This record gives sequence, C-alpha cells and structure tokens, in this order.
Amino acid sequence: MRKDNSVSVAARGLSHSYGELRSLQRIDLAAADGEVVALVGPSGCGKSTLLEIVCGLREPSTGEVEAGGAAGATGRLAHCAYMPQRDLLLPWFSALDNAALALRNRGAGKAEARREAGALFERFGLAGFEGARPQELSGGMRQRVAFLRTLVAGKPVLALDEPFASLDAISRAEMQGWLAGALRADSRTVLLVSHDIEEALYLADRVVVLSARPGRIVTELSAPHPRAEDRDHAVTDPAFVTVREHALVSLREGAR
Amino acid sequence: MRAVLRIVLPIALIAALVGLWQIAASTGWIAEALNLEPFLVPSPAEVGDAIWNNRTLLWENTWVTLREILFGLLAGAAVGVGLATAMRFSRVLRDAVFPLTVAVQAVPIVVIAPILVVWFGYGIGPKVVIVAFAVFFPITVNLLDGLRAVDPEAVKMMRTLDASRWATFRRVEVPTALPYFFSGAKVAVAIAPIVALFAELAGSNAGLMRLIVQDNANLEIARVFAATVILIAIGVLLVGLTALAQRLVVTWR
Repeated sequence: MRKDNSVSVAARGLSHSYGELRSLQRIDLAAADGEVVALVGPSGCGKSTLLEIVCGLREPSTGEVEAGGAAGATGRLAHCAYMPQRDLLLPWFSALDNAALALRNRGAGKAEARREAGALFERFGLAGFEGARPQELSGGMRQRVAFLRTLVAGKPVLALDEPFASLDAISRAEMQGWLAGALRADSRTVLLVSHDIEEALYLADRVVVLSARPGRIVTELSAPHPRAEDRDHAVTDPAFVTVREHALVSLREGAR
Repeated sequence: MRAVLRIVLPIALIAALVGLWQIAASTGWIAEALNLEPFLVPSPAEVGDAIWNNRTLLWENTWVTLREILFGLLAGAAVGVGLATAMRFSRVLRDAVFPLTVAVQAVPIVVIAPILVVWFGYGIGPKVVIVAFAVFFPITVNLLDGLRAVDPEAVKMMRTLDASRWATFRRVEVPTALPYFFSGAKVAVAIAPIVALFAELAGSNAGLMRLIVQDNANLEIARVFAATVILIAIGVLLVGLTALAQRLVVTWR
C-alpha cells in the first residue's frame, strides 16, 4: 500500500488479541480522504476493537495503523472522533452542551461553544431542542445530537460504531437517509461499523466483510449507489440487490 | 391526591400522638402507671411552655451545639471530598491511604472524645473535630464509589473529544458521583447531631447535651424535653435540607 496524502486511514498487517483471545488477524485496510468504508461481520468479530485501534483508544498487538497521517496513539486520537454504539449523551447537559462538548474540552468559553454548535442545530433538524435534556429526546434525535457532537469535534476521520443499532426499523431507515444527506453536505472520512448489510451498502462507498473471531477480511465490495438521495429506490435497484446477495454469501462463509 | 396524602398523613399521625400524650400526661395516667410525681411527666403543653419560658437559655445552648454540628459537617465533608478526589487521581495514593482511612474510622469516638477534651479543653473545637472524624468516612467512601462508577465508554468518548483528564473528571466523573455523594451526605447529616451530643457529654462548658445532663440531675424534666424537641427539629431540618439540595443539584434523575 502506498503512502500518500489522500489516504486518511490505513492499517497494515494489523492483529490484536485480548490476552489469549485473538480478536483481529492481519487486517489490511485503507480509506481515502472523504471515503466512507463500512465494516460488517458477525457479532464479536472485532469490528469495534478495530475502530478503537484506529481512533487511538487501543494499540494493535502487531502491525501498523495510521489515521490522518499520524501513527502514534495520541496522533490518531487527535484526528479521529468516535461515536459509540450507545449515544452516551450526558444526562446532566442540555442537547446543545452535549453537542458542544469537544469545543468546551478544548477550552472554548461556554457562550462561544454554544454559538458554534448551535449554528448546526437547524440543519440537523434539532432547532428548538437546544435546551432539552437528552432524556427528553426521541431515539432518533438523540442519535442526531450524538452525531452532531462527533461532527463538531472537527476531526477529519469519523468512527461510527453501529450508530443506529438501538433504533426501530423505521427510524433507522430515516436516520440512514439523514446521515447520507449530512455526509453529502459535509464530506468526511468515515469508518462505519454495522451489522446491517443494507445500511452498510447504502451509506458506504466500500463494504469490508469480516469473518468470525478472529476477524480477518473475507472480501471487499463496492457499493453501487453510495448515499443516493432516493434511499428507497437505491436499495431496491437490481445492482444493489446483487451486491447485497454477494455480501450475504461472504458473511455466511466468514461466519463458519 | 397521593401528593396531598403524603403531606397530610404524617402530620395527622404526629398530631394524634402528641394529642394522646397530652391527654395521658395531663390526666396523670402516665405518672400514676409509673408511680411518679406528675411534674416528672410533662405534657406537650408544658414542654411548649418550657421552650418559651427558657428561650434565651435554650437558644444560647442550641447555638453552641448547632455550630459544633455544622462546622463538624463542613470540615468532615471537606476532608471527605479532598480524600476521595485525591484517591481518584492517584492509584498509589488510594492503595496507601484507603486502609488508613478505614483504620481511622474504626477508632472508637467514645475513647478519643475524652482525650481531646484533656488536650484541647472544654470549648467547641474538640467537638468539631469529633463530628468531622465521624462524618468524613461515609462521604469519602460514597464519593469514591461514585467517581469509580463512571461509564468507561463515556470516558473513551471524552478522550476522542479531546478531553484532558481534568475535563473528563469535571464533566463526566463528578456528575456521575453526585448522587453517591448525597447518599454519603445523608448518612453524615443523620449521625452528626448524635456525635456532637456525645462529644459534649465527654466534657463541655455549653451546649444542649450539657444542659440536658444538668437539668436531668435537677429533675427539670420539662426543659429536658424542650431541648430534645429542639434536637429533633435540627435533625429533621438537616436531613430535609440535604434532600432538598440533592433535588436542586441532581436534576437529571
């Protein structure tokens, strides 16, 4: 794999184990600037571990990893924003203060941080809910605030760990369309962990299928209509359905 | 309806009990049953009279005991918060200091109270120390538990949002720990008056306990009851104010 500036995230021969338990095996992965790469695989295949390694929250046991050109954990941490599976909004802060957390952590004053984060509320369909506590918001709104919080951090790489897993089917489809729109408007390099093949193929440019533990790459598939405006049309298109079948077969192979 | 009952029922019950006592005492039934002189069994009305007639004396002594309780609570809370915070930030310190904290807490107050009187005299100082001594432990332990109850995922999230150790402490750990802190504070507030009274018993020149001991010896039973009523009021007020503070601070539960 060549090293150039357009590569935003790169892993080479990356393996990881928790003591005796091997979780990831020789992963080679790259995401270009502005590319959305989805990781799908059976539960426990190390998808979340891989995200945490890329973000600098963990170190690989062997192999190399870099994000935004930085190879060290601190450097990776500086270039990645991580959106955990649960929204983890802080119940003692308003939606606005949750969204502004990264700015406050960097030392911005309260008023300034609120102004900057608040400017995005309208676009995210959250206008009027600035002062609401997270527990007063619906599941979909909470996920949007969590995503906004990740985006406001201003990092070039976003690591999203099953962002919509906790939502019901209808809100999930809605949120996928919404996230696609948000990424069309504000392009970032995204690593998206999902257990939903349709979600992965719709949101990502490329889908990487991982095997059961220890996770290794089974195959990589290109998505036919990444983040298309008409989601319902995109996911029923014959090309999409064919790739989805491919992905399912690979997933089944890898699960064995 | 339930909300109204929750206020009305306990008041009605207390009023009924006081009324019952009034009848039993003023008719002389209790004194008769215990084979006592009637003046040794004051009725609530007589206790009320004793409070009013001795208001200056009672207030002077209440003020002493109240200061012992409040300063003791403040000092104990300051030590508890400081210790728990320091132990949260330094594992080495926690491993070193925690066993000592448990040992210090296990020293019987009954023993050290008279020693402190010998060392520091009959003033308010030794009482404050003893109250602080008794209340710092529940605050330290509960607060430390609360700080450690933080969601590790939330800490990871904060790290990718560029939080320093201090920012994570302030914005995630402290709010997580606040309900635990208040649990400790409620225990502290409940034991502080008892400890203050005991400290006065070990030797003092003023305070409600000293007054009670004196009055009991002189068979001024109505005034003993009067001082007791004041102590109950202090206890209820402290617990109530702590609960109120918790509701005002922990607004997200």
